[in-house]
Amino acid sequence: MTFITANWNPLGEAFYRKSELYEMCWNLRDGLRDCLVAAAPYGGPIALLREPVRRSPSSRPQLEIYSASGVSIASFPWKSGPVVHLGWTVSDELLCIQEDGSVLIYDLFGSFKRHFSMGQEVVQSQVLEAKVFHSPYGTGVAIVTGSSRFIMATNIDDLKLRRLPEVPGLQGKPSCWVVLNQDRQTKVLLSTGSELYILDNTSCTAVSLPGLAPQGGSIVHMSVSFSYKYLAVLTDSGHLWTGPSHLQDKMSEVDTKKLTPPKQMVWCRRPKSQQPSVVLMWDRLLMVVGVCQDTIQFPTEDQCVLVGEMDGVRIISSTNQELLQEVPLVCQEIFKIASMAPGALLLEAHREYEKSSQKADEYLREIKEQSMLGEAVSQCIEAAGHEYDPNTQKSLMRAASFGKCFLTDFSPGQFVTTCRELRVLNSVRESSVGLPLTHTQFKQMTLQVLIDRLVYRQFYPLAIEMCRYLKIPDYQGVSRVLKHWASCKVQQKDLSDEAIARAMCAKVGDSPGVSYSDIAAKAYECGRTELAIKLLDFEARSGEQVPLLLKMKRSQLALSKAVESGDTDLVYTVVTYLKNEMNRGDFFMTLRNQPVALSLYRQFCKLQEQETLKDLYNQDDDHKELANYYVTASYREKRLESRLSLLQSAVDEYNKAKNEFSAKATEEEMRLLRFQRKLDDEKGAGLLELSLQATMEALLALGLYKQAEQLYRDFRVPDKRYWWLKLKSLAEKEEWDELEKFSKSKKSPIGYLAFVEVCMKSNNKYEAKKYVSKVTPEQRVKAHLAISDLDGAADAAIERKNDSEIATVLSRCSAADRLLIERLNRASTAKK
Amino acid sequence: MGDTTFMQAIVWDEYLTGPFGLIAQYSLLKEHEVEKMFTLKSGKLPSADVKNIIFFVRPRLELMDIIAENVFSEDKMHSSRDFHILFVPRRSMLCEQRLKEQGVLASFVNIDEYILDLIPYDGDLLSMEYESAFRECYLENDQTSLYHTAKGLMTLQALYGTIPQIYGKGDCARHVANMMLRMKREFAGSQNQILPVFDTLLLLDRNIDLLTPLATQLTYEGLIDEIYGITNGYVKLPPEKFAQKKQGEASKDLPTESKKLQLNSAEELYAEIRDKNFNAVGAALSKKAKIISAAFEERHNAKTVGEIKQFVSQLPHMQAARSSLANHTSIAELIKDITTSEAFFENLTVEQEFMTGVDTDKVNTYIEDCIAQKDPLIKILRLMCMQSVCNNGLKQKVFEYYKREILQTYGYEHILTLNNLEKASLLKLQTSSRNNYPTIRKTLKLWMEDANEQNPNDISYVYSGYAPLSVRLTQVLARPGWRSIEEVLKLLPGPHFEERQQLPAGLHKKRQQGENRTTLVFFLGGVSYAEIAALRFLSQMEDSGMEYIIATTKLLNGTTWIKSLMDRPESQIS
Repeated sequence: MTFITANWNPLGEAFYRKSELYEMCWNLRDGLRDCLVAAAPYGGPIALLREPVRRSPSSRPQLEIYSASGVSIASFPWKSGPVVHLGWTVSDELLCIQEDGSVLIYDLFGSFKRHFSMGQEVVQSQVLEAKVFHSPYGTGVAIVTGSSRFIMATNIDDLKLRRLPEVPGLQGKPSCWVVLNQDRQTKVLLSTGSELYILDNTSCTAVSLPGLAPQGGSIVHMSVSFSYKYLAVLTDSGHLWTGPSHLQDKMSEVDTKKLTPPKQMVWCRRPKSQQPSVVLMWDRLLMVVGVCQDTIQFPTEDQCVLVGEMDGVRIISSTNQELLQEVPLVCQEIFKIASMAPGALLLEAHREYEKSSQKADEYLREIKEQSMLGEAVSQCIEAAGHEYDPNTQKSLMRAASFGKCFLTDFSPGQFVTTCRELRVLNSVRESSVGLPLTHTQFKQMTLQVLIDRLVYRQFYPLAIEMCRYLKIPDYQGVSRVLKHWASCKVQQKDLSDEAIARAMCAKVGDSPGVSYSDIAAKAYECGRTELAIKLLDFEARSGEQVPLLLKMKRSQLALSKAVESGDTDLVYTVVTYLKNEMNRGDFFMTLRNQPVALSLYRQFCKLQEQETLKDLYNQDDDHKELANYYVTASYREKRLESRLSLLQSAVDEYNKAKNEFSAKATEEEMRLLRFQRKLDDEKGAGLLELSLQATMEALLALGLYKQAEQLYRDFRVPDKRYWWLKLKSLAEKEEWDELEKFSKSKKSPIGYLAFVEVCMKSNNKYEAKKYVSKVTPEQRVKAHLAISDLDGAADAAIERKNDSEIATVLSRCSAADRLLIERLNRASTAKK
Repeated sequence: MGDTTFMQAIVWDEYLTGPFGLIAQYSLLKEHEVEKMFTLKSGKLPSADVKNIIFFVRPRLELMDIIAENVFSEDKMHSSRDFHILFVPRRSMLCEQRLKEQGVLASFVNIDEYILDLIPYDGDLLSMEYESAFRECYLENDQTSLYHTAKGLMTLQALYGTIPQIYGKGDCARHVANMMLRMKREFAGSQNQILPVFDTLLLLDRNIDLLTPLATQLTYEGLIDEIYGITNGYVKLPPEKFAQKKQGEASKDLPTESKKLQLNSAEELYAEIRDKNFNAVGAALSKKAKIISAAFEERHNAKTVGEIKQFVSQLPHMQAARSSLANHTSIAELIKDITTSEAFFENLTVEQEFMTGVDTDKVNTYIEDCIAQKDPLIKILRLMCMQSVCNNGLKQKVFEYYKREILQTYGYEHILTLNNLEKASLLKLQTSSRNNYPTIRKTLKLWMEDANEQNPNDISYVYSGYAPLSVRLTQVLARPGWRSIEEVLKLLPGPHFEERQQLPAGLHKKRQQGENRTTLVFFLGGVSYAEIAALRFLSQMEDSGMEYIIATTKLLNGTTWIKSLMDRPESQIS
């Protein structure tokens, strides 16, 4: 505890520390020698491909996958072609790049997922070297081929191969190369020894390193920083050049005085680095070269692998794993010997307080006098985040908590969050889990991704605990974990469908956001159709179940689920599918059991397939609809004969449906049509398509009174309507004598006011007057008014002693009718 | 729309232009590089110098065929154009399948949906403008519109919070509520944390109240709709009354193009009079006229520069008010010509007789006469349906007599329409001798003898006596509650129900004293302007304590409604 600074090494103004993360759990017989190693950043997994001593068909290389702490996850003999390079994707998948350019993708547990190829030409020319890189677009692969061409894929999940332009004069592979990510473009920086080139999509540009001494020599090694912002270049004379990767500047140039090229060279910096450095590794030596020209040297026993992180470098050897990093500024301030920083004083104060010493008070006063207590608490909290040892974390957090007591308005947010996060970090750092994340890395990676990583490693209980502890909404937390668990579970071949479904239901229940149909799809993919169907039953969203059910050929079930969802488009989709899949009989039977689907299909047929519609009605013995169908069809028919025969079918169906009225009406229609045709033929009357009423009207207009009369009787047209018709027609033709004769033919069923009004409409007052006397007393005033006979109207009104009628007449009087007005008023008052 | 860069032309499904006009005007589209607009029709697309052609269509198969035709004839000339298709309101696999069958699916760069379920028509009114909703639900058993309704309500809840209480009456209402509850379960966990704006959702089937839309609406807005038809917030009026009268000279040539006016509450005067009984509009207009001329008179009192300046600053507003007054005075005159006609009066008298239950079981002479005079068929059907609804079906003799009259006068093809109306229960044969309607009328007080048109105290003013059943149900729900009318509810078709939706903790509204509760009333199958007016009246009643927001599948009146139910054999359409 006291010796926190024991492993600190000064470099320039800053300190570097190398602290142990794990004693590796693995037991590697031959160390890390002679194997391809890939270790993913952010405490990712480690893959080893060990070449057998002798290469022969019988002895295959072994591919081993370990957690960062060396716990074996998978191990299997490599049966495919020779591998040039191993790498990890951002979602913890292992990429094995083979000599022939094919890239095989495995999951963490060593099961093969898929593969892709870096292009046909590579099969011939072979891959000389390959690199896996990460960018905002995902994980990419770059290779250089035997014909010295670079081929690149920026995102393996959306594979687009890019063949970069030729490099002039390059034979074989370049002496060294790196992938850069600049200005949202992925480029390759390569050196042929003396020359340096930048390759992008379209061009190959020669570049030079600003300020590199001419005696620098040729380039043997290059390294780009985690963020792609900085570049380190080592020459054969041992000079290390550092600068920003856009090559416009130089940061420093250091002579390492080493002429042998190092095994590995990696940037070591952290966000807001005071003193960035480059770590070079030789067989027995690790050298940290600061940009400030200072160096630190560590001897190494064993073959190691360096893994660049965003805030340091992990050093993995066959026995242990260490983290080399610049000590964060806040930790320096607190733990530096004789530091007077507020955080340091607070830590000291708390220590004294624990010892019940009054010195605690002195320290506190000192901080408070400078009004730095808030700052002190913040410092302690922040430093705790950066410390790896739980005891150090605790003492810092306790000091912070202690200091907080003396503050009145200090927001507890930072304290609480850091406590929670440290708990999470400590639990994932456990050797059994093996995710040695720093706080900085954790923040960068986000909690979501951390949960994903745990899920990839199948640490489901831990992931769920974590989600609950951090109170992540179920939707993003627990549910996601369960979803993954479930799709993993359905692949367990040793469990029965029943057992899995039961387990699933118990664990997942109706957790929001877990899509049973996704799980079922997974089960179906694994060939477990029955299980898939069982699982689909749990799915709340019926709509989601449909596509999978169709895929599994459970069309009947799909149909009922589609109906259940209420989404008619979905129902249509299933119906169309069924129609193509089934024979007609079965199809109709299926629909019969699903009334909703049936009526939708009917709708569809109405618009698209009239013939099918008929079959549907026939099948259901729906005579009424069938009759309606025939009626509709008859109107599409141009030829009268076919029209009549369709109408006859309609009549038959209406009869079957016991719809007497419609049957009769349709028969009437047929009779009318025949009549119309006859007259059209005989007289060219042009009656077809007219209604009965219009036909009579036309006949009257043509003077064919007898025929009109015949229709009137044959079709039992009500008297009233016929009288109206004839009255209007005669008036229109101004056949006044005929009209008078008609009016006397019998007592008018529509009264005689109609006669008056119709005559007036033709402006024939003379004729109108003839009928006024015949009008019933109730309508007489109206009749007189109709012919503008105010006196007559007044007489009638007064005679009937009807106030409202008197008022009506009054309202029609103008000022000139003074006498009349007086008479009316008298009559009205007399009554009262 | 913004993401389809460069010049573009939009090809509209004609039906969508109206509703879209309410959201984005042409000028706005123009700002977004929309160069040309066409109406979707078969054949070749008109030429336009654009890179992108965007089809805005409803997901209907017949439209897909037209699009396919467009695309086919297009390809030969310009191969470089990009086609896009936007389905409103929702993508349809069926349509995409159709495009595929037609071999044009691959020609589309983008296929997407523009989710437009509920279109805002006014501050308190949302409509889906789904014209065929009623027909589809009750004639064709096609519940597509209800699915859209449920989806729309889910969107609404996503924006305005979960609605804690759902009431409903009718089969469609039940179906929508079921879908909503199901969808809620499906989205469980992704619940929004929004304080609910609505306290209650009331879902009402149109078929529980078939009577109301059949009656002639007597509010100002209702009459405008009855007489001239309001589409998408606009009305087209005969131009004569709107001729600009220049002072001193008599304008000789009258404009021939009809006058198009936008009608909504943004216009102060209209907001004031739209929901009044038409008989009260005249007084309101003359009062307004006095206020406006008084305001103009103010200028004589303006003495100081400051006062004059203030007067001038109000001028634009006053001038707008004056032109608004002039417009509405003209409209009111137009309407008055009609409402004072004898035909209108007779029609109304018959309607009111039916609603009060006078002689509903006999052949009505007025209907008979109207048929003899060959009045518009829809008018006849409206009256006939009304008589049937008010009599709980017509006696066989009466029914068949009417039907024969219609077939003989208007043509036998209308047998299909009559069948439809029967299927929708608008017309029916009286099966039991018991007529429910008087019971319903009495219990719900659907007829108020002394309706006060000028200063109404009851919703019945909107029909000068008849209180719309749908709105009465809404009113009773708020107070004293439906339990008091269980018996009547049982007489109306379909189930009535109540559902509760759990709110996330902490979102329960703490109501301030005197704060109104808000109810969203959703009319499945359409709503009339008079019903809307009645609900607005309830919102404004001081002691109601309830605010109503109205949503519907379609704004309708008796005429448009009956029209949507008519069936015309193909040959008759062209």
